[in-house]
Amino acid sequence: MRVMFFAISLLMLLPVMPARADTLSALRGRYVVDPSSHIAFSVAQIGGGGIQGVFPRFSGTFDLQPGDMAKSRVTFSLQPESVATGEPRVEKFLRSSAVFDVEAYPTITFRSTAIRQEGSDHAVIQGVLTARGIAHRETFEATLVKRQGQTITFHVVGDLMRSPYGMDVGTPIYSNVVRFDMMLNGRRR
Amino acid sequence: MLRNTRTSYGTVAIVLHWTIALLFFAQIALGFLTQAVADRPRLQFDLYQWHKSFGFLILALALVRLAWSLSSIRPLPLPGVPRWETTAARTVHRLILALTIAVPMAGWMIASTSPLMIPSFVFDLVVVPDLPFTRSDAIEAFWSRTHALLAYGSGLLALAHAGAAIHHHLLRKDTTLARMFGAHTVR
Repeated sequence: MRVMFFAISLLMLLPVMPARADTLSALRGRYVVDPSSHIAFSVAQIGGGGIQGVFPRFSGTFDLQPGDMAKSRVTFSLQPESVATGEPRVEKFLRSSAVFDVEAYPTITFRSTAIRQEGSDHAVIQGVLTARGIAHRETFEATLVKRQGQTITFHVVGDLMRSPYGMDVGTPIYSNVVRFDMMLNGRRR
Repeated sequence: MLRNTRTSYGTVAIVLHWTIALLFFAQIALGFLTQAVADRPRLQFDLYQWHKSFGFLILALALVRLAWSLSSIRPLPLPGVPRWETTAARTVHRLILALTIAVPMAGWMIASTSPLMIPSFVFDLVVVPDLPFTRSDAIEAFWSRTHALLAYGSGLLALAHAGAAIHHHLLRKDTTLARMFGAHTVR
């Protein structure tokens, strides 16, 4: 079996600090993560290859304060039970007590604690991720990739260690690092 | 004496015999355990990895033993043992040696045909590549059944072999078993 993974999170944001005032105001506000978003993860394995999957069920919000990123907030949660890898036995293993233990811990959550803007379209989001009942500080990088009407899209990436959450099964055959690669579409409320 | 003589087994043959015997029976127990703990997936995963590691170790040792056996002379049969018994014993010896290679090979086939593609990272030291075969749940299941059948069958054969050796030792009171501990044939 295989493996693992997990996790979480999300997102963020940041405001493209654009040169034009209307762009700023376009990002200001509260956004809800749209179901069209894509939450992918991968875990490398020794000798090449690895496990790739997605979490189709999730939810989240971001409250953007372009003038003061420190006041912006991101929350995200996903249902590990929804994990999809294309291999039913791997998914069953991931849902089991060996990894997510979805019966005891049906959701994985992330809540930002600090957001720092870096450049016009990039932000570093620090926060607390809770999986299997264990809270741990994690960091994600978000890049604004699209803004269209009431929708903004961020590409969010982050490498998390799974061992702090008691999900280290399979190491060192499978990497302790879970790489998240997410396209988050936020819809303004 | 490292090598066999006409009246005794050499140290190499003796050490290989007992090392593989011990590992092989432990491995059968471990293989049984992997199926018995299906409700504890994390433990099962770890047991599978130990089972694979020991399997490759047994395969390597069995190949060394085969090469050593083919390049060695054999101690002569004990005097007074009927010809059919000698023939039966030799046949069982060859079968068991072949099975200590075939069983791990069948295990390797499971790993090589499984869609799960879990690497064989032997003792977390070296990756043993999979053999180049088509992967599918059905083919993997076929090799799993074959592996288990061969393993339990060879276990029974090895028990019969051990029973015969003990019979020689306790009832016939000859040196058949003692020879496998370094004794010379006593006429």
